Amino acid sequence: MIIGRIEEAKPGLVLDHHAFRGDSTAVALPERLLELAAFLFEEGFQQLLDVTAVDWYERDPRFDVVYHFLNLTTQDRLRVKIRLREGQAAPSLTGRFHSADWSEREVFDLFGIPFTGHPNLERLLMWRDFPGHPLRKDFPLDGGDAFCTGDTGTSYAGRPCSMEL
Amino acid sequence: MAENLLDDCVMTTRLDAVLNWGRRNSLWPLPFGTACCAIEFMSMMASRYDFSRFGAEALRFSPRQSDLLLVLGTVTHKQAPVLRQIYAQMAEPKWVISVGACASSGGIYRTYATLQGIDRVIPVDVYVPGCPPRPETIILGAMKLQEKITKESFRDRKEHLEAFYRSWDEQQARQAQGRTEFQAVRDMVVEAGETGQQRIW
Repeated sequence: MIIGRIEEAKPGLVLDHHAFRGDSTAVALPERLLELAAFLFEEGFQQLLDVTAVDWYERDPRFDVVYHFLNLTTQDRLRVKIRLREGQAAPSLTGRFHSADWSEREVFDLFGIPFTGHPNLERLLMWRDFPGHPLRKDFPLDGGDAFCTGDTGTSYAGRPCSMEL
Repeated sequence: MAENLLDDCVMTTRLDAVLNWGRRNSLWPLPFGTACCAIEFMSMMASRYDFSRFGAEALRFSPRQSDLLLVLGTVTHKQAPVLRQIYAQMAEPKWVISVGACASSGGIYRTYATLQGIDRVIPVDVYVPGCPPRPETIILGAMKLQEKITKESFRDRKEHLEAFYRSWDEQQARQAQGRTEFQAVRDMVVEAGETGQQRIW
């Protein structure tokens, strides 16, 4: 429903969309995310519930950054995804949604995705000089600690890797 | 004869024995509760299991005033320097009980974030198994510690305390070089693992 309205008002803003059991997902270009967020805000999607990311290790735009919006009046939910190559920055939504502040810091901490326009882009969970980004598929599950899993240098997906990502 | 006059009023013993008797029957626990083991600990302290029967009902939430550190739950690498600092702040005599699988070995959390057993960063006297252990199990652990204290000589603890404070100095030296306390302790843990050492102290 909301996706139809976006396509009507702003053609080309949604690259792709699908729905599963009533959960709608829209895929957008990173460059036009702020425009989409502004439109969604006017449509009533005024709460940003979560920002997270997915590492599709072998896909070309390696990362998905996933935004979950809630429409407070109609209780509709919308998931927005943008695709990013490694090192490519996402635009920060902190200008419009304050809840994006810590969520984006968490994504930056655990996936190493930078956010342009974020007021304080520091690690949230790990400490400042922690090496690497733990939720990347090529991060070793044991974090380089040989007594943890006993196969240091191998990631969760079984690929060789190093701590300096 | 003076001894005959005193008769039953005087008993001779060793200094170790009488001091240890006092120490073991008046432990002052400091709970370092981080997970579900702390809930079992609350049950242990409450009326049903009543830990005060063992002379350890006076909880102190300051390391300066306690002599038994109960580590109850998962300890992450980010908490490791906090735990080390708390242990360093406790006055001698001090003992540590590692309660539950996570504190003793990392438990189910075999990941980058979790310390694989607190004995890698501080000395531990008694390990209590369980996930979480029942209050009876923690009480058994405390009773084992009381047995250990009974047999303890004052010189016994010197060696591992000195080793701990040497590692403390090493940590301070690394922090002076610009590492955070988290990364300093973690580097020491990882290096100890590479050289085959189980612990950094």
